[in-house]
Amino acid sequence: MLLSILIEGMRLTIIVTLGSLVFSTLLGLIWALMRVSGYPMLVVTSVWVVNFLRGTPILIQLFYIYFVLPEMGITLSALQAAIIGLGLAYSAYQAENFRTGIEAIDRGQIEAAQSLGMSWSTMMRRVILPQAVRIILPTYGNTMIMMLKDSSLASTITVAELAFKGQILALSTFKYSTVLTLVALLYLVMSAPLILAVGWLEKRAKKL
Amino acid sequence: MKKEFHIDLVNVHKYFGKNHVLRGISATISKGEVVCIIGSSGSGKSTILRCINGLESYDDGDVRVNGIQVNRNTPSITTIRTTVSMVFHRFNLFPHRNVLENIIEGPVFVKREALELAEYRGRELLKRVGLSDKEKAYPGQLSGGEMQRVAIARALAMQPSAILFDEPTSALDPELVGEVLSVMRTLAEEGMTMVVVTHEMDFARMVADRILFIDGGRVIEEGSAKQILSDPRHLRTQEFLHRLLQPI
Repeated sequence: MLLSILIEGMRLTIIVTLGSLVFSTLLGLIWALMRVSGYPMLVVTSVWVVNFLRGTPILIQLFYIYFVLPEMGITLSALQAAIIGLGLAYSAYQAENFRTGIEAIDRGQIEAAQSLGMSWSTMMRRVILPQAVRIILPTYGNTMIMMLKDSSLASTITVAELAFKGQILALSTFKYSTVLTLVALLYLVMSAPLILAVGWLEKRAKKL
Repeated sequence: MKKEFHIDLVNVHKYFGKNHVLRGISATISKGEVVCIIGSSGSGKSTILRCINGLESYDDGDVRVNGIQVNRNTPSITTIRTTVSMVFHRFNLFPHRNVLENIIEGPVFVKREALELAEYRGRELLKRVGLSDKEKAYPGQLSGGEMQRVAIARALAMQPSAILFDEPTSALDPELVGEVLSVMRTLAEEGMTMVVVTHEMDFARMVADRILFIDGGRVIEEGSAKQILSDPRHLRTQEFLHRLLQPI
């Protein structure tokens, strides 16, 4: 009974995590590519955005999107706000990780790509990013796990995910220890495959 | 008025910050010529090559490939880079792709050649550099000499009008130098236009049509391989060759 209610919450936890993971990855890649583009306007914009996102609490960003944006005429559902908020916040960390990976690639690789006549985008797609992925993966995996856990912040803007359900359930049944232990275990059940997957990907990438 | 392939440098100047590395380089390289550029480290030899295919910008003067000005910021740079290939001293193969993939990368993803054709030609090139059995190997599994031969095949796969060699044997163990030089020599004999920055004086003597001796960012002396190596006129050329031939 307790468990079935909590498992219901897991569904939303997974949706929030996957949604914000995809969003933060795409956005982080955009910030990182802007940062290494060499165009001063793009570089400066990227630096400011990333620093702003890194320098403010995720909770405040979430509140801002859910409670302040409606005042400007942008109304989002709690789930949408959670995905966009977490995705935005985490895009900064993703960007820093991606940038580090891109910048770690030997200059000779860039020169070889250029000397073959590759455009910037072909070089990124065919030469730089495939190599950077190996460097990026371990940190990316950890970011995924952190995002899974931080998806619990969505409970603060009424998304009925696992932490939210756990809180309600504990308060209404007074079975704090049972409920919270179950909640912790359920988070572990979700993060364990991620931990394993990252290990597998790392091993596979090393073979290249 | 279609002229034969040629590379022209006119009064080229280049600064790295305050460091004036090229101080008015002028040279012409014509179709089929093998030109060796010699000189001590830091003399600007490699920078000359890098200005020809736009890996480096230049601050003054004019560099033209087949009459097209080399400018890193115009789309024509792609034409120039597919016309003039480059071989690097650190090979710069793509470590995440195998030998054949390295070779077809440019033809397929820059020149939009059909994959089967590119692979067919890639295998022919591997045969030419004596590495047919290494097609599936990754760069990390090859010796330096093998890697450089793959790099040469990669350059050839672009079907360039000229190839620039930037100290192609300087990162190799001495016993591996010969296999790379012999591939280059064959290329020269087949009429490939080549500009070679090198310290291999025997190679220059046997293969070069012309030698440029560079010092302090200037062409100090220019002439046939025989003349420069056997009868250098300029004092600095004499000193350089003396140091090179009798290092101890």
